Amino acid sequence: MDYFLELFLGGLTRGSIYALIALGYTMVYGIIELINFAHGEIYMIGAFTALIVISVLTMMGMNTLAILVIAGVIAVIYSSAYGYTVEKIAYKPLRNAPRLSALISAIGMSLFLQNYVLLAQTSDFLPFPNLIPDFEFMEPYAHIIGSTDIVIVITTAIVMIILTFLIKFTRIGKAMRATSQDKTMAMLTGVDVDRVISVTFIVGSATAAIGGVLIASHVGMINFYVGFIAGIKAFVAAVLGGIGSIPGAVLGSFVLGWTESFATGYISSDYEDVFAFLILVFILIFRPAGILGRSERHRV
Amino acid sequence: MRKSIRKLFVTAVFIIFSVSMITGAACAADTIKLGVAGAHSGDLASYGIPSVKAAELVVKDINSRGGIDGKKVELLVEDDVCKPEVATNTATKLLSQGVNVVMGHICSGATKAALSIYKDANIICMSPSATNPPLTQSGNYPNFYRTIASDDAQAKLEVDYALGVLKVKKIAVLHDKGDYGKGLAEFAKLFIGQDPRGEVVLFEGVTPGAVDYSAVVQKVKRSKAEAVIFGGYHPEASKIVMQMRKKRMKTHFISDDGVKDDTFIKVAGKYAEGVYATGPKDTAKNPMAIAAKKAHQKEYGADPGAFFLEAYAATLALLNAIDKAGSTDYKAIEKALKTEYVETPIGKIKFDDKGDAIGIGFSIYQVQNGVYVEVK
Repeated sequence: MDYFLELFLGGLTRGSIYALIALGYTMVYGIIELINFAHGEIYMIGAFTALIVISVLTMMGMNTLAILVIAGVIAVIYSSAYGYTVEKIAYKPLRNAPRLSALISAIGMSLFLQNYVLLAQTSDFLPFPNLIPDFEFMEPYAHIIGSTDIVIVITTAIVMIILTFLIKFTRIGKAMRATSQDKTMAMLTGVDVDRVISVTFIVGSATAAIGGVLIASHVGMINFYVGFIAGIKAFVAAVLGGIGSIPGAVLGSFVLGWTESFATGYISSDYEDVFAFLILVFILIFRPAGILGRSERHRV
Repeated sequence: MRKSIRKLFVTAVFIIFSVSMITGAACAADTIKLGVAGAHSGDLASYGIPSVKAAELVVKDINSRGGIDGKKVELLVEDDVCKPEVATNTATKLLSQGVNVVMGHICSGATKAALSIYKDANIICMSPSATNPPLTQSGNYPNFYRTIASDDAQAKLEVDYALGVLKVKKIAVLHDKGDYGKGLAEFAKLFIGQDPRGEVVLFEGVTPGAVDYSAVVQKVKRSKAEAVIFGGYHPEASKIVMQMRKKRMKTHFISDDGVKDDTFIKVAGKYAEGVYATGPKDTAKNPMAIAAKKAHQKEYGADPGAFFLEAYAATLALLNAIDKAGSTDYKAIEKALKTEYVETPIGKIKFDDKGDAIGIGFSIYQVQNGVYVEVK
């Protein structure tokens, strides 16, 4: 039973990690039906920004909590700026082009950002300090779940609630939903579609940056390639949960996290990915739109 | 009209070919021809070019002292781009140029492809870098030698250390599913299985680059393993070690030269303490190695690259054997290689029956206070 619980908690952490990245994927897809492949790179840039800020602040001798907050805020601002710029450069000119063009542009952006960081920083793995201290009260349970894991799970829940609130109950959320349903109609009723899309990218990039800081702190190292691998898994999670749906992305991530954790624990980690994708195939056979996805009729 | 042009082309090509063959045969003067083959261009060139430089330095040194038995040594450098299909052409080309012995190739796959051609022509071939175990152990290539230890030597050392020195019984063997890591892990599993003192309680591959290895770490914990032997590279190793230590596990962690890298210590930080890794024997104090590195710096203005010392040793061993044998006859060189010790930058070596060097190998290192220290 203990073993089951450990695997369950491990899967929960892993799922939360995926969810923090999957949220951005799903938001962008929900609004402009674009798979933003550069999203993983925004996450990686968030982690790198945080690392640079941390190194500077540590040299100045600040305490850990202050460093965590400042690094987090700067990473969020910086990544949001990147998300905004990427959208303006790579996607906006292609808004009325065939969807495939925008997809190729997204892949190109992803490769560009990876190589940009590779050249500007380094190809080596860099150590990322553990910013979340080991809580005293967690010590008896440290062998089951770490303090960082708990922070990640709680943060994911908070981010998800805030995003849901943003979309359901605010003015900009209403505009987002309108844009997602029908861009032209929204424009005709006076919604500033360009602004809505920019805001979506900014919010999505901000969640990616939060994810970047926490996950890098959990894993303990980063390099220019981490965004790509994590991004692919998060994308799978978003599709699993129903791409375009916020709770779906989180649910999909948990399902993926648990599948991987239990497959490793009870069968073999050699087949971890096999089981993850097997689940994806089965869910898509029976629910083509994902677990919580709406099956929409497509306009021809 | 068109046909005649085509004919003209064909004839022209043939003429060019036959001319180059004649010139090739013509320069078969009285020298000892040392072939140097390996990846000298392409993405793995950084592994091959140091071997060319090593050969150049050794040959220059020997020729300046009058050569071997009055004969000068001539270098024939050929590129195989580390590709097996190119390597066969490289080998054929060297043979057509009348090569006596070959130092190379660099990559295991290319070496294997070229070896059968050398074998048919009775040419001895010595690699500074091909670590694939079957090259020597299969017995298929009696003409093959190498100055680097094969992959299974590391696994053997890891297992012996775990069972003999650390005195653990239950061992979990993990790997990164790659050729190198999985190959090592399978050897470790085999060696533990042959030893009555130990047992493999877990054998698993982890997915490289995953965000989290907690499930595998839990599995290690449940298996009650006292030591983990990991085959693979440092990014995965540091993630696994960090998660193990964060879960307050004190299990020994033993790994290979893919982990014996300062980046591992830098990344894993305090969690790296106490980790064991195998790596090539320390040659920093060998006077010949110091001299070879100095010569390289003087000649090329930079520090030597990968496998430079192994290539230096291979060239020395081959030429020394020819010198001792007094001829370039296959049998005579073979006898000299297997009986005469030779001083090289990687130690005093000769070769065993299968062609592996005696006197080289791996040592075990442990992270102590942030640096790898050789342990006995």
